[in-house]
Amino acid sequence: MASDQTPSPTPSGARAVMSSGDVSRALRRVAHEILERNKGPADLVLLGIPSRGVPLAHRLAAVIAEVEGVSVPVGSLDVTMHRDDLRRQPTRTVTPTKIPASGVDGKVVVLVDDVLYSGRTIRAALEALTELGRPRAVRLAVLVDRGHRELPIRADHVGKNLPTSSAERVQVVLAESDGGLDEVRISGGER
Amino acid sequence: MTDVLIKGAKVLGDNAADILVRDGMIAQIGSIGSTRSSGERDGARLTVVDADGLVVLPGLVDLHTHLREPGREDAETVASGSAAAAAGGFTAVLAMANTSPVTDTAEAAERVLDLGRAAGLVDVQPIGAVSKGLAGAELAELGLMARSRAAVRVFSDDGRCVHDARLMRRALDYLKPFGGVISQHAQDPHLADGTACCHEGEVSGRLGLPAWPAVAEDVIVARDVQLARHTGSRVHVAHVSTAASVEIIRWAKAQGIAVTAEVTPHHLALGTELLAGYDPVFKVNPPLRPDADRAAILAALVDGTIDAVATDHAPHARHDKEHAFPDAAFGMLGLETALAVLAEVAVRPGLLTWAQLAQRMSFAPARIAGLAGHGRPVAVGEPANLVLLDPDATWTVDRAASQSLSRNNPWHGRTLPAPVVATFLRGECTAYRGRVRGQFDPEEIA
Amino acid sequence: MTRKHLLSSADLSRDEVEAILDTAASMHDVQRREVKKIPTLRGRTVINLFFEDSTRTRSSFEIAGKWMSADTINITGKGSSTSKGESLRDTVKTICAMAVDALVIRHSASGACHQVAQWVDASVINAGDGTHEHPTQALLDAYTLRQRLGSLDGRHIVIVGDLAHSRVFRSNVITLGRLGARVTVVAPPTLMPSGIGDWSARDGFATSWDLDQTLYAASPGDRPDAVMMLRVQRERMSGGFFPTEREYTAGYGLTRERLTRLYAATPDLPILHPGPMNRGLEISAEAADATSSAILDQVSAGVAVRMAVLYHLLAGETEAAA
Repeated sequence: MASDQTPSPTPSGARAVMSSGDVSRALRRVAHEILERNKGPADLVLLGIPSRGVPLAHRLAAVIAEVEGVSVPVGSLDVTMHRDDLRRQPTRTVTPTKIPASGVDGKVVVLVDDVLYSGRTIRAALEALTELGRPRAVRLAVLVDRGHRELPIRADHVGKNLPTSSAERVQVVLAESDGGLDEVRISGGER
Repeated sequence: MTDVLIKGAKVLGDNAADILVRDGMIAQIGSIGSTRSSGERDGARLTVVDADGLVVLPGLVDLHTHLREPGREDAETVASGSAAAAAGGFTAVLAMANTSPVTDTAEAAERVLDLGRAAGLVDVQPIGAVSKGLAGAELAELGLMARSRAAVRVFSDDGRCVHDARLMRRALDYLKPFGGVISQHAQDPHLADGTACCHEGEVSGRLGLPAWPAVAEDVIVARDVQLARHTGSRVHVAHVSTAASVEIIRWAKAQGIAVTAEVTPHHLALGTELLAGYDPVFKVNPPLRPDADRAAILAALVDGTIDAVATDHAPHARHDKEHAFPDAAFGMLGLETALAVLAEVAVRPGLLTWAQLAQRMSFAPARIAGLAGHGRPVAVGEPANLVLLDPDATWTVDRAASQSLSRNNPWHGRTLPAPVVATFLRGECTAYRGRVRGQFDPEEIA
Repeated sequence: MTRKHLLSSADLSRDEVEAILDTAASMHDVQRREVKKIPTLRGRTVINLFFEDSTRTRSSFEIAGKWMSADTINITGKGSSTSKGESLRDTVKTICAMAVDALVIRHSASGACHQVAQWVDASVINAGDGTHEHPTQALLDAYTLRQRLGSLDGRHIVIVGDLAHSRVFRSNVITLGRLGARVTVVAPPTLMPSGIGDWSARDGFATSWDLDQTLYAASPGDRPDAVMMLRVQRERMSGGFFPTEREYTAGYGLTRERLTRLYAATPDLPILHPGPMNRGLEISAEAADATSSAILDQVSAGVAVRMAVLYHLLAGETEAAA
């Protein structure tokens, strides 16, 4: 019922850098890359990082299911308690961590997040993951890599590399969490 | 001695007059000459005090002061307490017996008297203990205290109740020959034990504080008026705090029973709800009561059922108040603020005139305590024990500015009316605008 | 949620209670892991200052702090500070001179935590003050009830026992009320707190002197969804609060007979008790060990709830960093 969906109006001062179609194509490519790198869906576990990493993980799983006819386990990994910036912000809401029944020991865990920026969230995720078990390998898939890393962390699979200035804000809008059509926007900063 | 001419003060809040004080006595009242400035007059030095717009009352008398000396000189001494009293407009205070050691002998009473005379700011009249060591078991030497230089007439175990009915009855009988009176701290120790610290009601229930039910006071007051009737002796009820006690006293007076009663400024003005923050400055015994009780005791003070205002000035060292609420000491300061609080709750709303307030803060307490020379009319030939207050000014209470050695002042930060301008004890200015003799230049008052 | 202290259950809005309980659920998962340590409070110092002994609450706060990587130190003071000649203010000021982030305080005097909060810069958490409140106990009770009953909106919770001397009751009646539960408190008149009539009317809970009438209400809608039994100290007898143990048990104990009759109507009725229990006085062994007993769940929830409280009070922005 695409005709019912009205695109969320891009707020003034923001510009869209990925449309709904761009997001969908990028995710299909990332899903294929994951399968290619893993030589198939065996032992894969997708863990989304709340909040928007979780629907992205489910979408990747859906593409994989479509391509391979196999449903790979999907979970969520809350990293709040492991962040190193808790004291710099108001108290964050904690969301549940849901690990698939198969666990993570000996699996290939793909962490999924919307935007890769400083790398601190991923550091926290790696630490949180350590407490849950010992995966055979951990990979990282993100929809957008906007640069400005503060830690030696890189993504294995990137939907779009987006050069930004650190004054800018990158916002990912997803139908599942925000309503409307998918979009990636940049706002603020001086170009 | 310097003569003093107080010019233009409203006598007991009524008509303005000039008052000439000579040799500690009131020598002349009326419109006295055209002398406007201090200087020599009839060969004597004369200080002229411009009292235009001020009210002059007889010096205040406090039936209930804790001076802490001997024993707790870190909290208050007779000298510092006397200074606080003078600053508050008092010319006489009765010093409670619960010092360490207790004032339960003639020697102890004379020592307090002498310390008061040495300080020389107010007349300090000792109260003797009813029972030895306030233990409530055996009578103290009431007769020897009465016959001592201190001429003790008021006896009290205050801080504790004389709860043994037989001991109370014996004491009342025993002090009849010398016209003594027992000031009773009415608290049934079984209904309100030593831990009780919050009026029993919703507030104590919610706060989880040991409850002090009104009935613990009421039953003792009821018993004591019957004992006073039975013995034909005098009972004075200290710090009345409940509506039912007031009813009993009203009934007893109607029966002709010799009972008198006092109320404190804090029980009139402060309510139980102040305990919600667990600030020990509001911990006092009896506890602050709810509005209904406060209204009843105020009405009783106005209609004369309650005879007098008494401060229950109870200084405590800081560290004795900085415990958890139930562990902290009972009591609050009162001498320097009593007149202002009464002005706030009774005079400003039009419930009492200044003359009626003088009745309750000077005449009646002096009469109850048997103090000659205090609580006398402002008239020629009377001792010049006087207080000048400014009825139209306001002041903000600052606990740091207190003459007391202690700082447990529940009025801190409040703006009150009617600051005391000057206090005169037998013609001598003992306090001027919060400072006492030695802290101000005598020229300032002229 | 930006809150510095937890002094009274009344401090917390419904949203805040729910946020803490949700966080506690995540923390409960941590508790089940092989590696229980999370780094959330690394570098923070939490002092458990217990003026009154309580092995259960103290160890629960200690474990909560340790699992969150805080440095936790226990200081146990005997009796009231007056007995040591040092004022409470001096005691806590001295401790807080050592750069402390939070003080978890248990004191035999009501209001002690409120007073301490005025004197120190650290966060103050009330771990039970006299006969006043015990907010984290109420949170863990609410957590346990929510696990068993789901939403507490409109649920009828019956609290029975020595209400007059119970901080658990005072906190629970607030927290359960926040979550929409209907609360009825039951005690003999001598063990009701003063002013309970005005108080219950104002805060919207019910009171009763009759346990059986409350447990076996005629209308099914009025029957309890959970029963919480409170400890009754045997010393209360000498205070004349009730004549004998057997008389108390007959009137207000959760006896085997009462349990059987309750189970006939509601077989999975949760039974709570904050501990320590007087088996045979306020609760029979059958009730304490019943299949529907939630008493061990309460203990297990204690650590998770206290982790959540520490998180909400300490993990957020600090003035220095902001």
